[in-house]
Amino acid sequence: MIEIRGLQKYFGALHVLKGIDLDVEKGEVLSVIGASGSGKSTLLYCINGLEEIQGGQVEVDGQNVHAKGADLNKLRQKLGMVFQQWNSFPHLTVQENVALAPRIVRGLDRKAADEIAERQLAHVGLGDKLRVYPGALSGGQQQRLAIARALAMEPDYMLFDEATSALDPELVGEVLETMRMLAEEGMTMICVTHEMGFARDVSDRVAFFHQGVMEEIGPPSQIFGEAQSPHTRGFLANVR
Amino acid sequence: MFDYNFHWRPVMRDLPDLIEAGLLTLQVASLAMILGILIALGLALIRLNMRGPLNWIATTWVEFARNTPALFQLFFFGFGLGAFGLHLSPYAIVLAGLTFNCAGYLAENFRGGFQAIPETQMRAARSLGMTATQAYLRIVIPQVLRIVYHPVTNQMVWAVLMSSLGMLVGFRELSGETQFFASRTFRIFEYFAVTAVIYYVIVKIILGASRLLASRLFRY
Repeated sequence: MIEIRGLQKYFGALHVLKGIDLDVEKGEVLSVIGASGSGKSTLLYCINGLEEIQGGQVEVDGQNVHAKGADLNKLRQKLGMVFQQWNSFPHLTVQENVALAPRIVRGLDRKAADEIAERQLAHVGLGDKLRVYPGALSGGQQQRLAIARALAMEPDYMLFDEATSALDPELVGEVLETMRMLAEEGMTMICVTHEMGFARDVSDRVAFFHQGVMEEIGPPSQIFGEAQSPHTRGFLANVR
Repeated sequence: MFDYNFHWRPVMRDLPDLIEAGLLTLQVASLAMILGILIALGLALIRLNMRGPLNWIATTWVEFARNTPALFQLFFFGFGLGAFGLHLSPYAIVLAGLTFNCAGYLAENFRGGFQAIPETQMRAARSLGMTATQAYLRIVIPQVLRIVYHPVTNQMVWAVLMSSLGMLVGFRELSGETQFFASRTFRIFEYFAVTAVIYYVIVKIILGASRLLASRLFRY
């Protein structure tokens, strides 16, 4: 379970997150929507400790992420992350991209790591691309590679940071399909997204962020049907 | 000028010695490059990530290495340290001078290489639970090495040619040896002509090996 209490985040003088309270249960799929600059992506970086915070706290399975001496490398193995700019490692083959972290972080031997990589790549539909370098893949394939790479650490949570925003429109579908598959398998997911269809159909809850504040959170039927906040209604009217 | 009589016999007699000196040249240049690359990596990382005295030292190193004649740098390790009672062997003087110079030039190449790797690569590696060191060694540095590969090859060629300055501090590498034989026999033109060919062959071998290595290393 992820528990966020009174989270404050500044970039210099810029107040990015203004006291966020949020719980995410095991097995839940939460979509986070809102305009660019509303703090959605920063929230994810605060959850896995890639960003420091200035107030409040984040706990993952009872462990305080930002406590002094917290073992972030260990913690991040629980929290898979997929980035907007997929960030595949260009100098490694597709299989090595996935097998590297299981080997050097989890300490598996090469054979076991390669097997995990093969399994996860087959899972996201890249089973025939093992020896290829990422440069030869399309954006959608690279993003699925990034998902397989995160899954190879066998995380308990997956954080998606606008996983489809940088993709050509015709490639968005395959990545959303993969995310939907994960959701159906019971993965706990926090998806920062601009894909309203995905947020409505796949999530258990949707959170709307506005200028660093979580304006509203609730089941998709509430957010997309009878939003309480005028900001939410305004945002949704614009993106549709 | 058409009356000059070439005398190649003495050169041919000394050719094995010259080739041996050529190998010494290659050895000192290679060592200087290996040390230079390691130091340059450190200098580049310090200049990118640190403030304070270490950064100041690294910056001074790079400035002096790039902006003063290589010959003066050799003289520093020879006569400069000698003036303070620290007497290095000719071999050590040339090795230290070349290393100092190569490290300074390569540090700037490496700095550019590091800056060319998007910060998001580091983030992606850290998000998988890698330590900063693992991320550097497995993700960032391999990509940097590809970016700087050709500048490094250039520097290696430059190190071989620059080692000829060694003859001015009494080092019997290829040029020093040639100078020694030439002044003994007065067949100066012949000796240096043959030596030029040896340098040319050494550099060609380096470039060929570098190309071969690149095709093995960089498949992407």
